[in-house]
Amino acid sequence: MALILQLAVQGAQMLLVLLLAPLLIGFVRKVKARLLRRQGPSLIQPYRDLIRLMRKEVVLADNASWLFRVTPYLIFAATWVAAALVPTFAAGLQFSWTADLIVIVALLGSARFFQALAGMDVGTSFGGIGASREVMIASLAEPAMLLIVFSLALVAGATQLSTVAAFMGSPEVGLRVSLGMSLIALVMVAIAENARIPVDNPATHLELTMVHEAMILEYSGRHLAMIELATFLKLLLYVSLISCVFLPWGLAHAGAGPKALALGAVAYLVKLAVLAILLAVFETAVAKMRVFRVPDFLGAALMLALLGALLLFVSRSL
Amino acid sequence: MISTVALLLWGPAALLGTAILAGVVSRRASATRLVYGAALVISVALLVTVAGHLAGRPGEVSAITLPLGLPWTGARFRLDGLSAFFLVVVNLGGAITSLYGLGYGRHESQPHRVLPFYPAFLAGMNLVVLANDAFAFLLSWEFMSLASWALVMSHHRDEANRRAAYIYLVMASFGTLALLLAFGLLAGPAGTYAFDAMRAAQPGPLAAGVVLALMLLGAGSKAGLVPLHAWLPLAHPAAPSHVSALMSGIMTKVAIYGFIRVVFDLLGAPAWWSGVVVLLLGGTTAVLGILYALMEKDLKRLLAYSTIENIGVIFASLGLALAFKANAMPSAAALAFTAALFHVLNHSFFKSLLFFGAGAVLTATGERDMEKLGGLIHRMPVTSFVFLVGCVSISALPPFNGFASEWLAFQAILQSPQLPQWGLKVIVPAVGGMLALSAALAAACFVKAFGITFLGRPRSAAVERTHEVDRWSLAAMAVLAIFCLLAGILPGFVIDGLSPVTLPLIGDRMPVQTAQPWLSIVPIAESRSSYNGLLVFVFITISASLAAFFIHRFASHALRRGIAWGCGFAETAPAAQYTAVSFAQPIRRVFGSFAFRARETVEMPAPGSLEPARIKIDIHDVAWETFYQPITGAIDFATERLNYLQFLTIRRYLTLVFLYLVILLLVLALWP
Repeated sequence: MALILQLAVQGAQMLLVLLLAPLLIGFVRKVKARLLRRQGPSLIQPYRDLIRLMRKEVVLADNASWLFRVTPYLIFAATWVAAALVPTFAAGLQFSWTADLIVIVALLGSARFFQALAGMDVGTSFGGIGASREVMIASLAEPAMLLIVFSLALVAGATQLSTVAAFMGSPEVGLRVSLGMSLIALVMVAIAENARIPVDNPATHLELTMVHEAMILEYSGRHLAMIELATFLKLLLYVSLISCVFLPWGLAHAGAGPKALALGAVAYLVKLAVLAILLAVFETAVAKMRVFRVPDFLGAALMLALLGALLLFVSRSL
Repeated sequence: MISTVALLLWGPAALLGTAILAGVVSRRASATRLVYGAALVISVALLVTVAGHLAGRPGEVSAITLPLGLPWTGARFRLDGLSAFFLVVVNLGGAITSLYGLGYGRHESQPHRVLPFYPAFLAGMNLVVLANDAFAFLLSWEFMSLASWALVMSHHRDEANRRAAYIYLVMASFGTLALLLAFGLLAGPAGTYAFDAMRAAQPGPLAAGVVLALMLLGAGSKAGLVPLHAWLPLAHPAAPSHVSALMSGIMTKVAIYGFIRVVFDLLGAPAWWSGVVVLLLGGTTAVLGILYALMEKDLKRLLAYSTIENIGVIFASLGLALAFKANAMPSAAALAFTAALFHVLNHSFFKSLLFFGAGAVLTATGERDMEKLGGLIHRMPVTSFVFLVGCVSISALPPFNGFASEWLAFQAILQSPQLPQWGLKVIVPAVGGMLALSAALAAACFVKAFGITFLGRPRSAAVERTHEVDRWSLAAMAVLAIFCLLAGILPGFVIDGLSPVTLPLIGDRMPVQTAQPWLSIVPIAESRSSYNGLLVFVFITISASLAAFFIHRFASHALRRGIAWGCGFAETAPAAQYTAVSFAQPIRRVFGSFAFRARETVEMPAPGSLEPARIKIDIHDVAWETFYQPITGAIDFATERLNYLQFLTIRRYLTLVFLYLVILLLVLALWP
């Protein structure tokens, strides 16, 4: 019985991330539009977009291979699994031990690997430029992310996200320099990984500095819908990650009753909203940078993460 | 009852017999099938024998002394956990390579230059792993080097191959010299060449340090540690592709075996700083190796450079194991050591697979240059699929095997804050960052390798006419792809299988993994970290199928083929695609300026001129320029000067001889 309940909660988490992801994007877009004193599209516009894309026909380039057609599903699956393994409203779910934070980062790496390959499949310059820039960004963002994981693991004594979240919610954390550095680095990595301003602009096509949009330029119809949904999920994943590690308040823990779960859900929604507003304000306030400034940006994140990890290797209390 | 090691020695003997037979019949048409078939059967027999030994009596040691070699030493051979594991690596690789050779070998233009040396090479590697005294070890090591040298020389009409083979020969001799000196120090004044005696004698700290340095030179040069790697990207690709796979996937592992045998087994308790040295070398090797690979546009050289990266990862884990062992943290040392051995096994799988794939591309198109390939996914569907599996595995992406071993290495790094020494405290997180960087760059590198070679549109006419390779080659690659997946989703079995190796060398083992629920791997405790490759694989499969089912059920099925979108300009020329060099350009700009002193210069034509503008990329191999050129320069200089001695008169020669005799007698007289 307990197992069934556990499975139900796990299933609810999987569905929740899937359903919330477009809403989060819609919310960010709405806030950005309001900040620019525009009306902005409705909150549920991303759902409409997805449904519209699903109904459209797919236009495939002449020489697109099977890899091009399989990739959207692989990207979606890897991102969905990763997003479902990050604690949202509750930690310590049935399958949370399947993967620790390193695995979650690597799953996103798998998704990116196939996305970059799909970008090169048709053989246009756009796909190539996107793929080559994407792997350059990833080659700096991934080590930064792993160093952040190291810092968190050294503070909490685990790479298991549920344990990390539980530890971060306990009073023994205190204020630590290393955690501050990790938070800043994590935000920078999250911005780069999600192709947000100032690293990439999610709102444009056919701009010379674009990265993510260039890779998926050849996609259309249902394939594009899967990729878009995966992109939404990835943003939700990073927001959930930041909130479960650095804002762990209200998170329901292993074996919690329905009341705690409900409280966790409410707290999660509030955290999502707050972080989404912060993201929108930040994106409105800064300008997009040149693509070869991105290594400096990510290099700073890498150095911050390394410094944080080094401090912890020197003293566990820093 | 014949002992297991005696039984195993029949394997190399049979391989040597095959080599001699191949020397006789190699010009006949059936020789290819005969030699590779025999090598396959013998390797499988060896594999079955070792597997039987491991399954039945995993901890048992069996030794034998044969009356071979120098009359007063004999040749000792021994089978223990470590050699059994490396025998599995060697013979599994040997068996699958022979399977591949059955098909690939038929395309060989000069089979008589390959066939006799191929079984000899396999025999040499088996003997190195079994040897139990310095004499047998060095003899087999040198035999292995020379056999592989002959294989590198098999296409000797190519000037580049001759140069590669020459550099390889010089570096191999240098490595053997370092090993000889290391064993000389270990043997001590008593001159005990048997490993058992060396194990019993504990060398002093200075001698131990010198032995470690010599082993890093000797075994490290064979494995490809930076800066001793210079020969590797020249020699490995020069050989026929299945031999490249053996050299990169297996022979480098034999070098690692030599390092582990001496440093972990014979040398006794390590000093903590030995861990620092090995860690730093490993981390640097990993990052530089993969950066070199990224700059490469020759597919086989790219793979050879990526071998250097993986050797770096293995050495970093070994350095961590040394540091933990020196500080009496056996469980953490066992974790790091297991990670290293697991990566040894994994790399032997995916690197062989990738070299086989490169060989298939080479037979089908006659090209190794990625800039002339492209679009092969349409013409070689099976090869491209298995090559993709290899690329995903080597890029350390879940749920494949490369990720499992790198994950273990990261878990071992997280054990290191308990280390007492400050040097290690600072080095370990930095090396952790380097490993993470090399993993991310490896993914970039293999996106490039697969994307440029197999995706896009054909860049030359040769690609248009290609078709899939023969069934033997496909079978060998498919077997390896399946191994890559299995080792990735069931890592617990591999880790438990490694416990008889770690137990005697480290004094501890990782906790039993196969007893964990759902076959997770849990290095320390489930609340700290765990990974379940099987479930990740199942989840991804289920989610992808669910998505596909949902789309199939509810979304539009309409599909239309059209020309690719080019902003209104249809790109007709395949040359307009991204190339290997342009793909690597962002990373070259980020890392290349300090790693390779890379410079890009654009030559613009004069205004009004119709000449094309040209971009020139200047890349320097820093290791070659800082280490090798001064040495070769010094040798050149010395030989120039010594050349003077060749043109003396007879009187002067007699004077020289006389002086030499006097000096010798003086030394003898004054020697205390």
